[in-house]
Amino acid sequence: MSTLNTNISFIKNILSEVTDPEIPVLTIEDLGVLRNVEWIGGKLVVTITPTYSGCPAMGMIEKEIYKILEKEGYDNVLVKTVLAPAWTTDWLSEEGKQKLEKYGIAPPAETTADKKILLGKSPVVRCPQCKSTNTEMKSQFGSTACKSLYQCKDCKEPFDYFKCI
Amino acid sequence: MNKEEALFEYILRIGDNSLIMGHRMSEWCGHGPILEQDIALINISLDHIGQARNWLSLACEVEGKGRTEDDLAYHRDVYDFRNFLMVEQPNGHWGETLTRGFLFDTWNYYFTKELTKSGNEKIADIATKSLKEISYHKNFSCDWMIRLGDGTEESHTKMQDALNRFWMYSGELFKMDDVDNMMLAEGIGVDLSLVKKQWDETINVTLKESTLTRPEDGWMQKGGKTGVHTEHLGYILAEMQFLPRAYPDAKW
Repeated sequence: MSTLNTNISFIKNILSEVTDPEIPVLTIEDLGVLRNVEWIGGKLVVTITPTYSGCPAMGMIEKEIYKILEKEGYDNVLVKTVLAPAWTTDWLSEEGKQKLEKYGIAPPAETTADKKILLGKSPVVRCPQCKSTNTEMKSQFGSTACKSLYQCKDCKEPFDYFKCI
Repeated sequence: MNKEEALFEYILRIGDNSLIMGHRMSEWCGHGPILEQDIALINISLDHIGQARNWLSLACEVEGKGRTEDDLAYHRDVYDFRNFLMVEQPNGHWGETLTRGFLFDTWNYYFTKELTKSGNEKIADIATKSLKEISYHKNFSCDWMIRLGDGTEESHTKMQDALNRFWMYSGELFKMDDVDNMMLAEGIGVDLSLVKKQWDETINVTLKESTLTRPEDGWMQKGGKTGVHTEHLGYILAEMQFLPRAYPDAKW
């Protein structure tokens, strides 16, 4: 019977296999959805936070966390969901943003400190295909609640933009 | 009514607004005029339903009788719902849905913004999270008022009619009752007169740019907060609650 590795970094590495079901190039750590991993008593407590209130991926993500940890021998696990502090795209890692662009989704162009986003002003977004900034928003809502639909006026390709929130 | 009961009522009202509005918006699924706008409305619907889950779950926690969000959503009848009459009104055409959205989303934005200052931490947390999404709803609705109001002669007429149709449901949004006053006194609830001031400003500015005329305040419909609803809620629940009521042991 092997003893479990209780090191938090080791466990976080295991959890890097848990990706966003909609955007499989992003891990929950890239997204900032994984908030904390800690031992409380003998229980491994994994804290996550939803991106959007209605995000349908959260149930799946929770199941995946339990599944992946159980596979590695961790059977005393609790996945906790918290709402505060509220998730923000500011938590997307730089690596996450680059992965997004490579995948074909334009990452958030600004930070929430630039309040003009929440006041309705459209940000300047770079086309993930041809890199032009001559792009326009087609709809504030794209294929999922977290994305807007844009089109590049140079290469004409439509693409999703990860909304700043 | 004691403070705990009032708190439960207060949270239930917010959750029911989200649930019923979310349901009404979801009725557009597959019926939008163009694909992008169909998707926009159902994304907004999903935001509302997600927020409803948060609010109704908190309500159950406060009530402490072991009920769940599903019990509240699927096993209450009309007289136990606490949403505004405005959100249960039929969608009508695109312009009518967006007009109802304009009036409600603007209220929802300023109300929720005030609610982020609530003395109840859990309420403040849910409000803070919800506000980000509601900002997008408000911008979306206001944009469409301008686009259609200051559009063609036909779109302008349809929007003015829509505005006239929904106006009598707007009064209810600002009426403080005993529950509201109790919660305000506790430092938990919102002073709706503050919301009215900000709502009026946005409504007036947007209507001006839309070239639409603000209707005169006349008789205002009310009753939602005390479970006195229009006939429409009955039909909504008949559809929304059919499956769990017909198949009580159904599981996802």
